[in-house]
This record gives sequence, C-alpha cells and structure tokens, in this order.
Amino acid sequence: MPNLATHARRRPCGRRLASNPGAKLIDAFLPASAAGIMELLSPVAPGWGGTLLVGLLHSIEIALGATCLGLMIGTAGAFGKLYGGPVTRDLLAVYTTVVRAVPELVLILLLYYAGTDLINQVLTGMGYSRVDISGLAAGIFVLGFVQGAYSTEVIRGAILAIPQGQIEAARAYGMSPGLMLRRITLPAMLPFAIPGLANLWLIATKDTALLAVVGFFELTLATRQAAGVTKAYLLFYLAAGALYLTLSLFSNVIIGRVEAWSRRGMPSVKEAR
Amino acid sequence: MSAAEAAAVQSGKAQSGAAEAIHVENLHKKFGQLHVLKGVSLSARDGEVVAIIGGSGSGKSTLLRCINCLENPTSGIIRVNGEEIKLKADSHGHTVPADRRQIERIRSRLGMVFQNFNLWSHMTLIENVIEVPVHVLGVKRDEAIAQAEKLLARVGLAEKRDVYPAFLSGGQQQRAAIARALAINPRVMLFDEPTSALDPELVGEVLKVIGDLAREGRTMVLVTHEMKFAREVATHVVYLYNGLVEEEGSPEQLFGAPKSERLKQFLRNVG
Repeated sequence: MPNLATHARRRPCGRRLASNPGAKLIDAFLPASAAGIMELLSPVAPGWGGTLLVGLLHSIEIALGATCLGLMIGTAGAFGKLYGGPVTRDLLAVYTTVVRAVPELVLILLLYYAGTDLINQVLTGMGYSRVDISGLAAGIFVLGFVQGAYSTEVIRGAILAIPQGQIEAARAYGMSPGLMLRRITLPAMLPFAIPGLANLWLIATKDTALLAVVGFFELTLATRQAAGVTKAYLLFYLAAGALYLTLSLFSNVIIGRVEAWSRRGMPSVKEAR
Repeated sequence: MSAAEAAAVQSGKAQSGAAEAIHVENLHKKFGQLHVLKGVSLSARDGEVVAIIGGSGSGKSTLLRCINCLENPTSGIIRVNGEEIKLKADSHGHTVPADRRQIERIRSRLGMVFQNFNLWSHMTLIENVIEVPVHVLGVKRDEAIAQAEKLLARVGLAEKRDVYPAFLSGGQQQRAAIARALAINPRVMLFDEPTSALDPELVGEVLKVIGDLAREGRTMVLVTHEMKFAREVATHVVYLYNGLVEEEGSPEQLFGAPKSERLKQFLRNVG
C-alpha cells in the first residue's frame, strides 16, 4: 500500500515551530497528524486497526487454548506428583524441570519445527502424505505444554494447602476418588491456586508474542507488519501495547470475580491486619 | 422407643439379642516401628453406645479410625453389620482394603464426626449436609434438602443453613458435622473426640446433641475425654492402655468400681 506509506511519512507541518525542541520531539514520535493517526488505526482498509484486532483475536485464541490445555496437564500432573507411583513421579519431575529450565523461545522453536517434522516423518513412514500443521493447533500445543509444567506446580501447591481433614472427611463418607476430586479437592484447592493460575494466564497472553518467530499471525506479528509497511513504528507498537494492557485489565476483572467466588467460604483477611 | 426400653438401652442389658453392628477382633496397628494397637477387640451391638477412654497415646483414636479404614490396620478382623472388610497387602507390604467399592459402601453407612469438624469449607451448611446423600447415596436433591433442613433444625442450626462453616463457632460447626453424619442415616456413628477442640462453654451444646442421639437408641462408638458424659450415655465403656484393652464393662462398673490400678490412676488424674 504505497499511498498509505507516503501518507504516514507526511509531516504535520505548519502548526509547530521548528525551533521549539519539544515540538521536534513530538514530531519525531508522531509521524502523522491526529487525523492521520485515526486513519492509520481505522479498522477498515486502508487503516491497519482491523489487522491488529485479528492479531489480538488469534493471540486470545492461543492463550485460551494453551491455558485450558495447561490446566488439564497441570491437574493431572499435580495429582500424579502427589499420589502417583515412583515412575509417574520421576517422569513428571523430568517434565516440569526440563520445561521450566529451557527458555520458552527455544522450546517453541524446538517443538514447532522438530514437532511438525517428527509428525510428518512418522506419517510418511507409515505411507501417508505430509500434512501442514495449523499454526493455531501447533501454537496451542506448544504453549499448553509449557503452561502445563508451571500449572502442575501451582496446583500441587494448592492441593497441599487444603486442610487435610476435609479430604479425610470425604474419604470417611465413602466418596470415590473421582467424586472426591470433582466435589472436594478441586473446589477446595481453587482459592489457593487462583493467584498463581492468574499469573500463568497473563503470561500466556503475552507468550503468544513468541509465536511470531514461527510465523504465526498474532498481535505482535500483525503489529510488525503494520509498522513495517507504514513506518509508523511508535504508533503501532503503542497501539499493540494498549491492546495487551486492555486484555490484562479485562482479565483482572474476570479473575477478581472468579477469585471472590472461589473464596466464598473464607472470611475476609482484611480484619487480620 | 418407650421410656422402659430407653432405660434398658441405658443399662446395656437389652443388647444380648441385638445384631452386632461393629465387630473388631485382635486388631494390630503399627506406624513404622511404633506399635500403637497390640491386639484390640471391640464389639458394638445395635443400639449400644460404646465409649472408648484412655490416656493420650493409648491408641483410642487409631482404633476408631481403623473401623472405617481411615487408618489401615496392620492385621486383624473388622466386621461392620456382619460384613467383613476385605484387606490385602499392597506392593510395599502395607495392609490396604482389597475392594475399593466395598470399603466405600461400608464408609457411606458410618457417620463419622471428627475432632476438628472437617466440614467442607467451600459449601454452606445445607450443602455440606446434602453432599453425601446426593452424590454418594443417590438420594434426590429436593428430598435430601428437605431432610437436611429437618436435621439442621434438630441440631439448632435451621437459620444458619446458607452460612459457610468458617463463619460459625466451633460448637455450631460440630453440631452441623453431626447433622452431616445423621444425613446418611448411619448404621453406626463414630465420634472421634468430638468436644476436644471446643472452648469449654461450647462443649455442653455438642454433648447435649450427642446425648439426645444416644437416648434415641443410635448405635455409637465414642472416643472421649469427657468422663462424666461417658458415664451418662455409654452402655459399655472400654479403657485402653498402651494399645491394649486394660478393662471394659458397664459404666457403673468401670467408673464406680474400677479393678485395674492403671484405670484408677487414670480416673484420678482426669477427674
């Protein structure tokens, strides 16, 4: 879009004095006039707002999927670590240690390229044709795998924080392990797990940016494209930052409600100051 | 139950013909090197109130907790309503219940009341009381609620039905825990030092509820430190010393004319 690029480079002339250093600074940061900014951020073409929003949507999809997968792995992992046999415990210890020791970017590159390569090798080995793994599925799997390791530890700690008498009461009344998990252990550990899990969710929303390196179209990649084409780097990265911030603020509201609900049986700690 | 029958229950003489609800035979329990129970036998017939007394570390709580396999006995026989709990050795050589479904079924008919109440903190009182009937025993939810409301009213907590346990006093929590135990219509109620965690002024309200149940003819096994109460409600008293039954018999006999020197000493110390 060449017309847009030239438009972006156009100076907001006339109104500011060139000798004023403050005005120079503003000039440097704002390549376009206020009207130009609105035009660049407009959700309809030739604006790039729509592109950013699609990127944000993809980021949210990945973060949601990865967090759900991570919670499932984390719950199973925590129970395996606490109640599993020696082999299960050792395998889980290796999983959580390795995943938490290796930088996430490395894990993403490794799992994305090596993972898809491995799947295709297995498929061709079995006589099937190669498949293209969708970026969404791969992204969810990779981040979910990482989230699972951290969730395992958060949930394990939360289960350990449940007063053991409540678990004992469930056993004494003949609850089966599955029923006890669903009715007692999970709801009772929730208040202790929410702060840690909320951290993990917020980290997940931002870790989606790492998927830009494997070419998945999420908010950071969308921003890079928009900024690269229009040269309005500051504008678009600020806009992306504002979108990430909005997502975090919105998440905080939801998490706050979930936490208040999960703590419904607990007295407020305010009076204990 | 008529007054005469109640009196007979009190004296413990009417039980000879009643079915045996709890039967424990030659029970051993070791925690590693520590030999806590060294061959204890215990029997509770329908309608009986068996009180287990003894000093700290005598094994009385462990004995009670072995009845529903909250602690797995090292060896011995446990029968609940004539059904023997099947035990097996696991890969580490520990004795564990052989049939999970059997032990769950037996547990769901034993109403356990704990020293620390152990109400589920994420549920209101009414939810606590209906939890086991609805989810373990398969009672319909509205029936369970109707019954739970009656039970909460009975222990004097009708107006607290939608309150979470943490907002109640210890005595109220323990009375709710008794309602939870009653809600499963238990064959036997197991009380593990139900008043030991309570402030002295709250003990009375809980003992009154338990005493009413005893007079009603509920079968109970009660571990307690309240000697006066044990004497009032029990039909049979067992004194444990160092993992063995030192002396047992009617409350009149045990508290009135103890034979064992250790029991005399114990009663002097607690009295």
